Amino acid sequence: MTDVKPEVEEAPSQAALALAPEVMATSLNEYMRGTYLRIRGGDSGVLPVVAGLILISALFQALNPHFLTASNLVNLLIQGAAYMLLAMGEVFPLLGEIDLSIGFVGGIGGIIVAELVKSQYGWPWWAAILAALLVCAAIGLLQGTIITRLGLPSFVVTLAGLLGWQGVMLLMLGNGGSLPINDNVVNDLASGNLTPAASWVVMILIVAVFSARTWRRESRRRSSGLVAPPASVTLIKIGGAALAGIVVVLICNTDRGRVVPIKGVPWVVLIVLGVLAMWTALLGRTKFGRYLYAIGGNAEAARRAGVNLTTIRTVAFSLSSMTAGIAGVVYASRLRSVSTALDGGTLVLYAAVIGGTSLFGGRGKAIHAVLGGLVIAAIDNGMGLQGYSAAAKYVVTALVLLASVTIDAVARRGRLAR
Amino acid sequence: MTLPVPQTREGPLLELRHVEKHFGAVQALTGIDLDVPAGKVTALVGDNGAGKSVLIKCIAGIHQPDGGEIVWEGRPVHLRSPRDSSALGIETVHQDLALCDNLDIVQNMFLGREKLHRIALDEEAMERAATETLSSLAVTTVRSIRQPVASLSGGQRQSVAIAKTVLWNSKLVIMDEPTAALGVAQTTMVLELVRTLAGRGLAVLLVSHNMNDVFGVADRVAVLYLGRLAAVRPAGELDRQSVVDLMTTGESSRMTEASGPA
Repeated sequence: MTDVKPEVEEAPSQAALALAPEVMATSLNEYMRGTYLRIRGGDSGVLPVVAGLILISALFQALNPHFLTASNLVNLLIQGAAYMLLAMGEVFPLLGEIDLSIGFVGGIGGIIVAELVKSQYGWPWWAAILAALLVCAAIGLLQGTIITRLGLPSFVVTLAGLLGWQGVMLLMLGNGGSLPINDNVVNDLASGNLTPAASWVVMILIVAVFSARTWRRESRRRSSGLVAPPASVTLIKIGGAALAGIVVVLICNTDRGRVVPIKGVPWVVLIVLGVLAMWTALLGRTKFGRYLYAIGGNAEAARRAGVNLTTIRTVAFSLSSMTAGIAGVVYASRLRSVSTALDGGTLVLYAAVIGGTSLFGGRGKAIHAVLGGLVIAAIDNGMGLQGYSAAAKYVVTALVLLASVTIDAVARRGRLAR
Repeated sequence: MTLPVPQTREGPLLELRHVEKHFGAVQALTGIDLDVPAGKVTALVGDNGAGKSVLIKCIAGIHQPDGGEIVWEGRPVHLRSPRDSSALGIETVHQDLALCDNLDIVQNMFLGREKLHRIALDEEAMERAATETLSSLAVTTVRSIRQPVASLSGGQRQSVAIAKTVLWNSKLVIMDEPTAALGVAQTTMVLELVRTLAGRGLAVLLVSHNMNDVFGVADRVAVLYLGRLAAVRPAGELDRQSVVDLMTTGESSRMTEASGPA
């Protein structure tokens, strides 16, 4: 018992080294090496989707020089906003389940807002949006309760939701088939812009807050000897955020109007950033988020640790539907109406998967959804510029989806093989 | 009934008195009398179906005994759920470990009992506590405490699962076949850890099939045979053959020669 001498050290520490993530690094060099090893080890994070985005952009730019112009890029951001929001909603259930219904749940959210701001009801815009989000959250709560209390597969319940809520949406739209929105604030959510000066101010504020928080947190961790990336990496992160902010504002502040000048960052960019910040904090910094990942990783372990699976899962479905409601309002706002043409089908939901949220559960972040939404928007937009039909868009999006699920599955096998 | 073992305190941490358990007509445990003292490793061995799992499940609060008494620190207790047991300081390391692969070591160790700073998770406090616990147990082969558990070797995972029980100031740690899936080097590592726990004054109840493990770490050996305790002896009074005899037939001629009746 006391004569057990650890020749143990060798094997495990080598195994650890192969996947020792960047968190171990003390210098920039080591950090890069750790990241490289981690990617080779199958934990590729956002890398494939960023690479894909660059590839798609290069391809469309080669086909059509209009693709990378400022006006088209801003347009792409506005078009993509609904996808990004929808996909962020899908991240919650995808950490262990799936929700196919949120596209049409979002559509119902759009209709509620359009109805309530009509002159005959005369609700203020904020009350209408609040009501719509509450209804969407309630729908999610209902579906989540059915799934968790009755123990039915989420696939089946939300597939029923996909059909059912589409039916409800068509009923609400009636024969006219289209419901215009007569409220300027609601319409400006997607179509309005900050002034160019305000765009700079807001961007600088956001970057400053992000930088200050990141720097403070990571330097405090470094000084108290906890696991933290080296200072150079923190600076690169902050620099990257500032650069991204400047590029976005420069693009958005370029005049993109045909008749009258149109400049400035669209409001909708702020909405997406706001939801992204909230959901990132919820997933990464709270008990709820931690339990959601735990359930996705090993539900039995979470249950033994005293996590209430039913409640956490139900809330996840509810939050997912509420986020879909935000997406629905933004979508309706861009078109200034809701019509029966609204496509809440399943394809757009997979923006989250394309962005890198694992269908196998337990992995994924809100930022993945935003990137995935950008990919779908880029495909949609680029193929639209080339005059391809909706049919062709579906085929290409399907192929991209297949590719991303393949990457996920292969990466997963790489991890398990270790 | 049980052999008197040297005690540093007034009595053993956990005493089972005439514990009975049956499932329908099947008598799983019959009149089990077992002391589990603090600071010692008690090995629980027995053939498949001898009742090892049922016995530890009774202690862990998963099953309720049909007869007899469970006495904890001198007081009779009723363990109606795993929650009751962990409230007393009884933690079980299950064979499947119950770790979340996608979470890192700190996150796993604090799962279900996270420290909070207002409503946000207090990662720094948790990381500090986890680091302290791991280093106090001399678990040093882990490169980073922020590694996902998926990237750990089997022995390291076992170490994390064990460290988790220590973090919660448990007094009795039940381990179900902790080395069953491990290689030689990793088994050594885990067995060292088991000794460390006992050295810190915890009671360890080790369920095992493996004679090397049993004689490597156990202070006392309890042999179950068909739901009865065939023998409880200090490990020094037994040898491999006598334990195997006890496991397979319920008695051993070698043992009675070596020492008096149980």
